[in-house]
Amino acid sequence: MRRLRELASSREILANLVRKEVKVKYKSSVLGALWSMLNPVLYLAVFTLVFSVVLRNDIRDFPVYLLSGLLAWNLFSTSLSLASRSVVDNANLVTKVYFPREILPLSSVGTALVDFGLQALVLVAFMVTSGYDFTRIDLLLLPLSMFALLAFTSALGMWVAGLNVRYRDTQHLLNLSLLAWFWVTPIVYPSGFVYTELSSREFLGIRLFDLYLANPMASVVMGFQRALYGTVSYPVEGGREVFVLAPVSLGWLALLIGGVAVGSLLLLFLAWRTFFHLSGDFAEEL
Amino acid sequence: MTVPAIEVAGVGKRFRRYRERPTSLKERLIRFRVTADDFWALREVSLEVPEGSTLGLIGPNGSGKTTLLKIIAGILRPTEGSVRTSGRIAALLALGAGFHPELTGRENVYLNASILGLSRQQTDRLFDDIVGFAELEEFIDSQVKFYSSGMYVRLGFAVAVHVDPAILLVDEVLAVGDEGFQRKCLDKVRAFQREGRTIVFVTHAVHQVLQVCDRAVLLNRGTVQAQGDPGEVVRDFRLLMMKKDLAYGWDQGTKEIEIVNVEIFGADGASREHFRPGEAVVIQIDLKANTPVSDPIISFALHDQQNDFVFGTNNDWRGSRFPVFEGKHRVQFTLKSLPFVGGRYYVTVGVHARDASRVYHVHEQRYWFDVKLGAENPGAVWIPVEFRAEPL
Ligand SMILES: Nc1ncnc2c1ncn2[C@@H]1O[C@H](COP(=O)(O)OP(=O)(O)OP(=O)(O)O)[C@@H](O)[C@H]1O
Ligand SMILES: [Mg+2]
Repeated sequence: MRRLRELASSREILANLVRKEVKVKYKSSVLGALWSMLNPVLYLAVFTLVFSVVLRNDIRDFPVYLLSGLLAWNLFSTSLSLASRSVVDNANLVTKVYFPREILPLSSVGTALVDFGLQALVLVAFMVTSGYDFTRIDLLLLPLSMFALLAFTSALGMWVAGLNVRYRDTQHLLNLSLLAWFWVTPIVYPSGFVYTELSSREFLGIRLFDLYLANPMASVVMGFQRALYGTVSYPVEGGREVFVLAPVSLGWLALLIGGVAVGSLLLLFLAWRTFFHLSGDFAEEL
Repeated sequence: MTVPAIEVAGVGKRFRRYRERPTSLKERLIRFRVTADDFWALREVSLEVPEGSTLGLIGPNGSGKTTLLKIIAGILRPTEGSVRTSGRIAALLALGAGFHPELTGRENVYLNASILGLSRQQTDRLFDDIVGFAELEEFIDSQVKFYSSGMYVRLGFAVAVHVDPAILLVDEVLAVGDEGFQRKCLDKVRAFQREGRTIVFVTHAVHQVLQVCDRAVLLNRGTVQAQGDPGEVVRDFRLLMMKKDLAYGWDQGTKEIEIVNVEIFGADGASREHFRPGEAVVIQIDLKANTPVSDPIISFALHDQQNDFVFGTNNDWRGSRFPVFEGKHRVQFTLKSLPFVGGRYYVTVGVHARDASRVYHVHEQRYWFDVKLGAENPGAVWIPVEFRAEPL
């Protein structure tokens, strides 16, 4: 509790560190912030090519679908890679001045949020052109999903930041894990497909789809997609129904994401304690 | 009874000294058992710094000064013991005070000030003062990686003293600035003292300790060797350094000849410690030979407060020899006229073999005398001057 208050009084440091990160990232680059926006556009180009041209598998409003999940994912993965290096890269601060060290991984999340904001501009542009209805009830899922995402990301961020000081492999291991993690999360392929494939199968008496949902990022990303893309399924010629999103009720999804949020808060508490414990040695291990 | 601003109670800091620190899992797995020796950089350090006082922290390299400062600042966590501080701490540890090389001076000032607890608006108000104090107006918008080390320190010091800290911790940083800036810093330190702030000051320039500190602490190998009056602590420090330099201690020797007694007195034969420039000083040494020794050399040396060797001589240079030294003798060195204007001088006396292969007995800086001028102009040396005036 005391640490929380100390942290609250350090908002200014947080803001300055985020500003610093962003500045350092874009300094002496001509395009600057445009690079951040280029990333989702590039993904979009590649996956549109793969899906509509190579696989001949159209998803209606694919850009909105892809970006709504990808942005959440980018926020997650950018935060974590930045966080893993946050303490090490700021060695000159850590060894010279005292401040609550938690600020460092948190500033990584903040920096990724700035990126997220820029990329959201791209997404909103696509949403507007696709005629998205901004008054839908599903949109209420967005703040909840965002909250769950931030809590989960901060928790893991603290953890990797602390570990990376002692074991520099953490950052490499992390990048590999993120690569694998990306593919077990329904970002480029629709969760509706996964649902149709997995919900009828079982493994050791557990529905495979439930197992799939054990990945908190899957739930969070589904939340983003439900809120921003919204189209669960649409009929195609031949009377068939194409499921883009998993056909679960809004309430159930909200409950699921709420569960992730609560679990993440718990995780955050534990990660924080670990981080604090480790942070006593930071200045001497750098 | 005022509460101390800093209270260090039984603090110890253990560092793990890896032969080569395993920074990766692989290394840790390969070297199944990591060879690490524990090393206590500090042990049972207890001290109190009353509010508004200035403490000088001195000690040889590696004695733990920086470590202690970092623990007080909260940068390192002590392995044992506890530290209690009250009020905002601004720490200025050697070079940089936590600047990010890619950022400009301006951005670093804001970052640094926020770490020290200032809001953006507060920093806005102080910004010009900070830059003015550091005299870096021209460079404030260039990246600090292009700064010289002196500029780095200027800016760091300027921020640290402008954030209104209750406690200022300074680690050897003043040594980097040029003379003008050093004077400015010392003036600021004096102003802080007047304003009742608490200062802890690490330095190797002992005269600064004598100039500005109320109290001093001598650290050696992580323990407090002496604390109290700066003059005395500095003297202990000098002895310590001396012992390190030379193979013998401050009262050591093989004792074929022993120093039995040493007296310092003036021309009138009265033992005393205070002299005026131009006066005569007699250093009298009583010696006793435990076995007959051929051709010993009896010498004395003077060191000033900065531990600089000032003067020394011996019986041989003064044209006197002892073919065989037996029994007891009293010898006197008479310094006919003191050329010093002021300060404390430490006296070393010793007996050794002509080729210095054996030291029979030495008293290392165990004695001292003060020289004090009245109200007249000071200077570097005392030159007896005659003044005459006559009408032309
Ligand atoms: N992070 C660290 N890991 C291991 N040992 C350390 C670490 N930091 C300092 N030490 C050791 O602790 C001892 C005290 O170091 P410290 O820097 O406090 O000395 P100091 O008194 O400031 O010396 P100097 O006069 O050279 O500045 C040294 O032997 C040093 O090697
Ligand atoms: Mg030091």
